[in-house]
Parts: sequence; C-alpha cells; structure tokens
Amino acid sequence: MSRDMSKLLNQTAVNMKPSGIRRFFDIAQQMDDVISLGVGEPDFKTPWKVRQTAIDTLQKGRTCYTANAGLKELRQEIAAYINKTIHTAYDPDREIVVTVGGSEAIDLAVRAIVSPGDEVLVVEPCFVCYAPIVEMCGGVPVSIETKVENEFRLTAEQLREHITERTKLLILPFPNNPTGAVMTREDLEPVAEVLRDTDIFVLSDEIYSELTYRGKHSSIVELPGMRERTVVVNGFSKSFAMTGWRLGFACAPRYIMEQMLKLHQYCIMSSPTTSQYAAITALRDCLPDTVKMKNEYNIRRRFVVDGFNKLGLTCFEPQGAFYVFPCIRSTGMTSEEFCERLVHTKRVAVVPGNAFGECGEGFVRVSYAYSVAHLREALKRIGEFLEELGESK
Amino acid sequence: MDALLELLKTNARLSVQELAVMLGQSEGEISRRLSQYESQGVIKGYAAIIDDSALDPDYVAALIELKVTPQSQSGFDEIARQIAEYEEVESVRLMSGGYDIIVSVTGKDIRTVSRFVAEKLAAIDAITSTATHFELKSYKKNGVMICDKETDERGIISP
Repeated sequence: MSRDMSKLLNQTAVNMKPSGIRRFFDIAQQMDDVISLGVGEPDFKTPWKVRQTAIDTLQKGRTCYTANAGLKELRQEIAAYINKTIHTAYDPDREIVVTVGGSEAIDLAVRAIVSPGDEVLVVEPCFVCYAPIVEMCGGVPVSIETKVENEFRLTAEQLREHITERTKLLILPFPNNPTGAVMTREDLEPVAEVLRDTDIFVLSDEIYSELTYRGKHSSIVELPGMRERTVVVNGFSKSFAMTGWRLGFACAPRYIMEQMLKLHQYCIMSSPTTSQYAAITALRDCLPDTVKMKNEYNIRRRFVVDGFNKLGLTCFEPQGAFYVFPCIRSTGMTSEEFCERLVHTKRVAVVPGNAFGECGEGFVRVSYAYSVAHLREALKRIGEFLEELGESK
Repeated sequence: MDALLELLKTNARLSVQELAVMLGQSEGEISRRLSQYESQGVIKGYAAIIDDSALDPDYVAALIELKVTPQSQSGFDEIARQIAEYEEVESVRLMSGGYDIIVSVTGKDIRTVSRFVAEKLAAIDAITSTATHFELKSYKKNGVMICDKETDERGIISP
C-alpha cells in the first residue's frame, strides 16, 4: 500500500476552503447554452495599440527578464499615472513594483505586513483572495460587514468597533467587487481619522479605479497621514481590458516596498516582459480607450439597475466597477438556492453574494461586462423565472 | 459622436424609454432630441442592418467607379441625382482622387448587376468610363461586424 502523506501537508493550505465561486462554477459549467452574467472581466478586447506593441517587441526579440521591480520606463509611467490620478508621488526606483496581476500585489503586501497572530480587517463583501492569503501568513481575518443601507461603504463606527490591539492591517477594496460600491473622499476621511491614532496599515485595492460613474476615483492614500502606512494596489486588467496579460502593480513607502520586493524577487523574479512593454503603451496612449469603455459600461449599468428594480429585485445604484448587487430576499430563497434554480430553469448564471463574504447572503452579483442585447435577454429570462416563482407560490 | 446617436447607430430599435434609462435622461428629453435630429436631417431614418448574402447566396454587391464630365450648370449634382434614382443603387458619393463618383449597387446575381452597368449607367452621356468591382465578402457594415459571430472566450463564472 502506498504511503498516505497527506497529513504531512501544510494544514493551513489543506484546510483552506476553495472559493465559493468555484462550486457554482462547476454547476454552471456542466450546462449548455448558459447565458452568463457571472464573469469578472471586461468583454472588450485589449486596445489594438497595446497588442501591437506586444507584437513589435516579440518580433524584436525583447524577451529577457526585466529588472525585478519591472521595466524602469514602465515604473516611471506608473509613477506619473498615480501622481496624476490620486495625487501622490512615488519614487519609481524604490516605491513601485510591477506584479503578476493585482493579485500578486495583494499577496506581497499581506505577506510583507502580516505576522502570525495579527488580525486583518477585511471589508466584506469583497474579492475572494484576501482572507485565504491572510490565513497562509498565520494572520486572523476579521470580517467587517458593510450594509446595503450604507450603500456597502465602510463607516468609521464599524471600523472602530473591530479594532483590537492585535489589528495590523485594514484591507479596503473600493471601487468594490461584488457590490459596485465606491468611497468618495468624504466617505474616506472619517475612516482615515480613526486610523491616524493607530499603527494600522492599509492595503487599498484600487483595481477598478478607472471605472467610477459619479466623479473621479479617490484613494485613502491622498488623505493626510495615510501615505506612510498604505500600500496602493492597481493594475491593467480592468482599466485596459488586459486580464490575460497578468499585469498589476503596487505603490508603497520605501520601508514596506523593500520587503515586498524581496518576496517578489524570490517567487516571481520579474513580471512577464511582453506584458510590461505593452503596459507602457497602455498608460501612454490608451487612457482615451478606458474612457470609451467606461462610457459603454455606464450605459449598461443604468440599463441593468433599472431592469432589476423593475423586476422587484431591489438594487442600489452602484457607482463603480462593472457589477450590480441586487437583493433577492423577496423571493424567500437563499443566494445559492436562487442562483442554482435560476441556472437550472432559465440557464442564466449569476453569482451568489455569499461567495464574497457572509454578509453577501441575500444578494447576487451580476456582471454587466456584456452587450446590451445579452443583458436584455438575461433580464427577460430572470423576469420569467420570477413570474413562474410567483405562480408556484 | 453624441452617445444617443452612437446607440441608435447599432440598434435603432431601442425605445425612447430604454434610451432614457441608458443615458440617464428623461424620456421627454430623449424625444425632444430625436425630433431635433430628425428635423435637422441628422437622422435620416431607422433601418435594419441586413446581410443580404445570408438571405440569398447568389446576391451580389458591387462598387462602380465612374468618371464623369461635369455639366456646365450643375457640376456633378445632376448626374449624381440621376444615378441615385435607380432602385438598384444603394449609395452615390462624389469622391476626390482618380475618379469622380462611386456608386454601390446590389442585385440578385452577377448578371443583373452587369446588365445594370452596361445598359443603364454606361448609357448616360456624361459618364466617360466605368470600373466595376464585385464584392467578395462583407465583414463589417454600418459599424457592425457581420462576418462570423464572435464567441465569448471568457468562462461562465470568474471572481
């Protein structure tokens, strides 16, 4: 008999739950003709100029490793972009790292900051990776559950209630996946005020920063006393429709970045070279493309919010990202029941809200990174689903 | 281009109510702007984008370059209007460059289009030469891709 060595594996990894999304994915995957509203990536193609740059550099054979932190030229473009958008200066030589997607930047920041036993405040509902990464570092994720009546924004009171002497880090994911919530400068200021008296770090995940529909994005790092404790994470996936290129970045004060760079150097070496060259073109020439995509998303956003509200699934008006988060409690079902029955009977896939944290229960995440025709058909089917549900009651 | 026109360009069937929702404006405002565009002649009509070759495999389209002797009073206008009257003609445009007028023509088969060129167009006195180019395949029409249906390569669910 072969040896059973599974007990010898890292038990934190073994006990880690697979993403809640995964389970539902397996169900939807087995069906034909599913109309999906479940995807967390743009439906646009990467702007042609960006693709052209990648092709050019490949033709020229520019395929070596880059500097660990990334191409200097790219870091300079990132510094200029960040300075222009969130009015914060970073030294491209010591305070910026180019990463494999925003995901790696999140991983680096958490590992550089969190020690075993540290508590990390995770603002939920949120993207699925924060708590597992914290756990792998021996940290303790502490959920802060945002509420629909606050439009899923973090309030200063909620933050204060969750701080203990072991709190090390606050993860602030706005504009938010899955709710579409944003936090304006006015919303962020009371949060910053709570943090100023503490030694708590901030990881601000701003991957959807280009997709805000009421005014420009604001970052907590712009507020007094925040830059020295904050890691800003951003990337190219959502703003330039570059998900498959796997390119993101982090900006942080030098003493944090030095640690993140060591981790990056040992586990990644350097981010994909072709993608880095392409990203220089994205930042230099393609910001008008992001505006065009945003305008298109905005049209769909209004269409979908209106559609759900008319169907009686109330939906607060999200101001960022490309998701709406309608409440499905009126159906009497849990989020998972709703999603499973919807996909079985009407072949429409939306994601259960609780996949993004317990407080997402009672909601579903709907992506509008789809054409209007696709969204219209999906809404029609959801309408039929609700009607039949009403009849069977 | 105005977002209202952009939307209508690829889908003229959107209702006033839908346009109002999508653009965050009132239905009254949308109706008012549409009437204005119509009366200004910016919007000429609301048409379907039809791929005729999908309807009939023998269907042909051609572009015909014409060299024209301008008339003393009307220049090219009168000739262009005369050509535009034919029902086979889809569009007529005065061009700069190596020829004067380009005409797009459609017909149920090659012979029909050839006959139209030879018997109708070439017969106009002011037209000194024609060059007919038959379309082999159409990829994009009125800003809409009409060749192959693009498949969504993204997964069904992703975080």
